[in-house]
Amino acid sequence: MPLIKNGAIAEDAWQFPADDAPLPGQGPVAISLERWQREREVLQARRAPLGLLVKSDTQVEDFAADLAEFELIALDFPTFRDGRPYSAARLLRERHGYTGELRAVGDVSRDQFLFMHRCGFDAFQVSSGGALEGWLRAVSEISIWYQPTGDPRGALGTLRHRRAAAE
Amino acid sequence: MKLDIVSANRLTDGRVVYLTRDDGWSESIIDGRSAATKEESADLLADAERAVEAGIVVAPYLVSMADDGGAFAPLHFRERIRLFGPKHNRDGGQPAGRVA
Amino acid sequence: MYRYDEFDHAFVHQRVAQFRDQVARRLSGELSEDEFKPLRLMNGLYLQLHAYMLRVAIPYGTLSSRQMRCLAHIARRYDKGYGHITTRQNIQYNWIKLTEVPDLLADLAEVEMHAIQTSGNCIRNVTADHFAGAAADEIEDPRLWCEIIRQWSTLHPEFSFLPRKFKIAVSGAAKDRAALRVHDIGVQICRNDAGEIGFEVMVGGGQGRTPMIAKTIRKFLPKAELLSYLESILRVYNQLGRRDNMYKARIKILVHEMGADALAEMVEAEWRQVREGFVDLPEAEVARIERYFAPPPFDPAAGSDSGLDTARRADSEFDRWLEQNVDAHRQPGYAIATISLKSDGGVPGDIDAAQMEAVADLAERFSFDELRATHQQNLVLPHVRKGDLYELWQSLKAHGLAIANRGLISDIIACPGMDYCSLATARSIPVAQAISARFQDLARQKDIGDLRLNISGCINACGHHHVGHIGILGLEKKGVENYQITLGGRADGEAAIGAIVGPAFSAEDIVGAVETVVDTYLDLRETGEPFIDAYARLGREPFKERLYAAH
Ligand code: SF4
Repeated sequence: MPLIKNGAIAEDAWQFPADDAPLPGQGPVAISLERWQREREVLQARRAPLGLLVKSDTQVEDFAADLAEFELIALDFPTFRDGRPYSAARLLRERHGYTGELRAVGDVSRDQFLFMHRCGFDAFQVSSGGALEGWLRAVSEISIWYQPTGDPRGALGTLRHRRAAAE
Repeated sequence: MKLDIVSANRLTDGRVVYLTRDDGWSESIIDGRSAATKEESADLLADAERAVEAGIVVAPYLVSMADDGGAFAPLHFRERIRLFGPKHNRDGGQPAGRVA
Repeated sequence: MYRYDEFDHAFVHQRVAQFRDQVARRLSGELSEDEFKPLRLMNGLYLQLHAYMLRVAIPYGTLSSRQMRCLAHIARRYDKGYGHITTRQNIQYNWIKLTEVPDLLADLAEVEMHAIQTSGNCIRNVTADHFAGAAADEIEDPRLWCEIIRQWSTLHPEFSFLPRKFKIAVSGAAKDRAALRVHDIGVQICRNDAGEIGFEVMVGGGQGRTPMIAKTIRKFLPKAELLSYLESILRVYNQLGRRDNMYKARIKILVHEMGADALAEMVEAEWRQVREGFVDLPEAEVARIERYFAPPPFDPAAGSDSGLDTARRADSEFDRWLEQNVDAHRQPGYAIATISLKSDGGVPGDIDAAQMEAVADLAERFSFDELRATHQQNLVLPHVRKGDLYELWQSLKAHGLAIANRGLISDIIACPGMDYCSLATARSIPVAQAISARFQDLARQKDIGDLRLNISGCINACGHHHVGHIGILGLEKKGVENYQITLGGRADGEAAIGAIVGPAFSAEDIVGAVETVVDTYLDLRETGEPFIDAYARLGREPFKERLYAAH
């Protein structure tokens, strides 16, 4: 499953050990919220980058206080129909000021890329092949958005404002 | 006596079609290949699934046909509506009963 | 009317191109049906019984003549020459080819229309009072806010995969003609004690399997904060709405399970955070959109002698139409004319291409180029000069569109039912046709008076049967259609869910049963008492007794 970051296939340095699997000796690991809460000291003592793999039924408030600990937050889409991670992503970026990697994992395909991108995801663990070319096309399919979000590309309100200012 | 045939909607235009004896799809139920046993019905569905894979039809399923006074007709009224079109639609697609 | 600017234009064209690519990927086999289905649904494309059905959005029911002509063109070019106005003020085409949908959407885009979000688990096309901007009882035109909501909700990145579909309706009038209380969110424009105009926000109404009346969670919301408040409601719903059971996924269930007060508290808590720095509704943008909804250039002299009374006296048929289908306008000298799409023996809400074109011409001639589609599946010419009404009526008559039955028993709401819909358990159209045939006599209908009869072909309740004074729900029992009657439902400001009167009736008996209900009412009513009031006074029992007496 390729990882796409900044419009290119990226090397994935992260390991995602199962909750009952031993932690790898070194390298960045992403763990579940339960494991983080259970093994916090051990994890911090590893002195390697930490990431969190978040289930879609988890509320951002449950780990918002610890955000400074993480360089990666991976939000899981158990199915593309589950839209909760979109809210989680916006809350992380816009309310809690999270600036690390925000990765979409699970049922992730190009027809959701635009929505995800717009909500603040910057990395995508895609479930289908031929991903990069499709993603590059998908991300430019729509360039106009009516809603302001954390995505730095401005929303229509801003564009119209600029036009009005130029007139 | 009861028979099964397979019906589906054609991918390109959504029209109701029936799996035919020569493994094609026809809008006419008369061309439909029928199955009298469980095994034959399963074969029908398997053939239909191949047409799904090939992007010819979507959502195939078995339609039960019953002997309706000498001719076979779909057992369920839903299938009769699918076969004959909307009943109110008397003049081939215009809304019925315009008051002039 | 709102007109697209260059950004709106660019957006719909991008959306058409995106869908064209998705269709091509489906036809080439790159996408399976499972993968494609959610994509086509986001564009209002269903696979129904006989073919694909495309639902085209008519935002808040407002149309120009040019748009109506395009809808006629689509009926001719891509369908079998007709369309169906739905209870959400949209139009559906029943015989669409997948391969032609991209071209069809491109044609729609030329007249600033689309099919975005007419299906799927997203914020659906926003609906409004169909007399908006014209009604005499209006505080303020709701369409400005509808357009703001339309733009905000269009491809909203956070709210495109909600637990379930989400419907918003807005009204600015004293009388609720938009069925606000059976929507996920109903927005009522109101005044507070200080005389300022704002919104009352109701949440958690809906029909379907578990019908519910919306509860007010905020009595007064300042105008400028509408979007931040809606965003807060949607965020709470997106996160907490049930996703384990599609029948319990609507926000009405969340409201029901946690209570309206608890939900209101959560929304308010979210809102306190959301509204800070929520910058997308600058005054300049509101003013820009508002300009499009300025009243048309009414003739201040229109009020004087309209010649209307002379025409009324001379032509009793015209007089009946006037009485039944024409409403008071806020502007002196003008009136609102309803064009009934409930012809005798016809299909409720169906309109053919020639009629669409005729209506477009009439709107151009008589109504400042404006038309409305109503959730009662009729059309409206909102701004007709009183002096033009007679001429308008004559033209309507020539096209079979001068049916004087608005609000009467034959003004039936009916969903497509099993004649078209793949989810149906029974047909609804033939029942509507049979009822309108039985009550053909207009004088008898007038005597019966105001009566809303609504028919759905399954529990999804697209035909609004729960809120019909008489509701009919088509069901299937052992391979046979039968029909359940509910009584006492209403969709207005005193919204109520109808009560099931007893065991269902067969297709042969349903029309007779409706007649029995009507006859019972006629026997028991007090002078001038409408059906719904009589029902409120009498309750279900007398009707039940008569209906099941012989059984
Ligand atoms: S109520 Fe049922 S039958 Fe009628 S249109 Fe809706 S889903 Fe179809």
